[in-house]
Order: sequence, then C-alpha cells, then structure tokens
Amino acid sequence: MGLFYTFHFYLFGVIAIISAVTFVTRRSPVAAALWLVNTMFCLAALYVMMDAQFIGAIQVLVYAGAIMVVFLFVVMLLNLGHASDVTDIVGGKTKLAAGIVGLVLLAEVFVLWKDDTAPAPVPAQRPLEPGVIEQVAAPLFREYLLAFEITSVLLLAAIVGAVILAKRRVT
Amino acid sequence: MIQEALFFSAVLFIIGVIGVLTRRNAIIIFMCVELMLNAVNLSFVALSKLYGIAGQVFVVFVMTVAAAEAAVGLAIIISIYRHHENVDLRNINLMRG
Repeated sequence: MGLFYTFHFYLFGVIAIISAVTFVTRRSPVAAALWLVNTMFCLAALYVMMDAQFIGAIQVLVYAGAIMVVFLFVVMLLNLGHASDVTDIVGGKTKLAAGIVGLVLLAEVFVLWKDDTAPAPVPAQRPLEPGVIEQVAAPLFREYLLAFEITSVLLLAAIVGAVILAKRRVT
Repeated sequence: MIQEALFFSAVLFIIGVIGVLTRRNAIIIFMCVELMLNAVNLSFVALSKLYGIAGQVFVVFVMTVAAAEAAVGLAIIISIYRHHENVDLRNINLMRG
C-alpha cells in the first residue's frame, strides 16, 4: 500500500467523520440530510478503496441517491416551519448522558484495539479479484438464495405497509 | 488499513448513537439510524477483506432492509404528523401507559 493510497484512505475517513459530526449538530433537517449524503459519498470512496467497487456503486445509487431523496421528500412534504423552533436539541442532563454513553463506547473501541483475540482469517476459497461483480453475485444467488427470496417478501410487506400507513382515511 | 476502517466505523456508529439520544426531530433520528447502518456496512466491507466475500453479500441485504425501514418509518412519521402537526418526539407518548 503506497503513501498515496494511505493518505486518501485517511482523508476520506476523516471527511466522513467530520461530515457526520456536522450532520448531528445541524438544526435544519435539510442541511443535516445533505451532510449525511456527504458522509455516504466518503464511505463509498472507502468501499472502492477496499476492493468493493460494486458495494461502492450501490452505496451511491441506493443510499445517497434513493434513500436520502426519500428523506428530503418527506422533509419537504411535512413543511415543518423554521428550523430553529422544530429541531430542538434536548437539554443538559440528556446531553450529558449521551456524552457518557459515547465515551463508554469509545473506550470499548480502544480496549478492542489493544486486544488481538480476533479469529484467524479464513483463506478465501477463490482468489478475490478486485471489482468483479461475479464475486458478489455468485454467493448471493447460490448460498444465500433463500435469504434473497425472503428479501423480496420483506420489500413487498414494506411497500404495502408504507402505502397503508401514509394514505388518508377515506370516510 | 482494516483496523483504520474498523475505527472509522466505530466512530461513525458512536456519532449515530449520540444523535439518536440527543435529537428530538423524528426525521433526524431516522437519519442517525441510517448513519449507524452505514457504519456497520463499513465494518462488513473491511472484514470481508479478511474473511471472504460473504461480508459484501451481507451489505447488500443490509441496504435492502435499510430501504424498507426508511419507507415504513417515513410513512409512520407522516401519519404522526397528521395527528400532532409536528414530529417532535416529546409529543409522541401515546404508548407510555
């Protein structure tokens, strides 16, 4: 791994974290959504750098493209008024509790960082060539075929549920 | 590089948790949940370099579930908005008992 690669890996990671912090602290939902899109783009770049080009592409298409557009549509639809009087960040005590939770989780990360009891890496059955969709598609349609089919039922249920929940009562 | 990716993933997840705990706008809380799902996806992709391609396959499933969750969750938010005329979580206590 060259210096160029390492530098850009850290660059995208740091931009992702900075965007995420900015996203959490914005008052306006639209600004928050746009910062979250920025985080997702950086994550897509990280996926591509880790030889998961297909995942990076659908990250941009599905997450940054589709899901965030749905969020922005709902923000637009609800017409929540001025940002300052809707998105109130909760008061001191809850903020302190959230900070403590965050510190505990961060401490866990550092404990795990020092710990090397991770299971030994499994040698890949086939050599992983970077960027070949077949590498993702073959297990998806062979070993995980049942899960794939059940996913279609999940999507159907989600569509029906969304329509039923969001439609107006016809009286 | 895998360690760094796992670290970024953990930090993003923590930011998502703090967002869920500190915000009151239901839409922003949903976006924080999406951020947490993204952080987990980053872990999956990083570990798929060590343990084989199954991690990337699982990311596809996580994205599907996230899309379904966003659709249903936003529909719930819309129907809450019809009741209360806002999406502030302080007003959503129908099931408090």
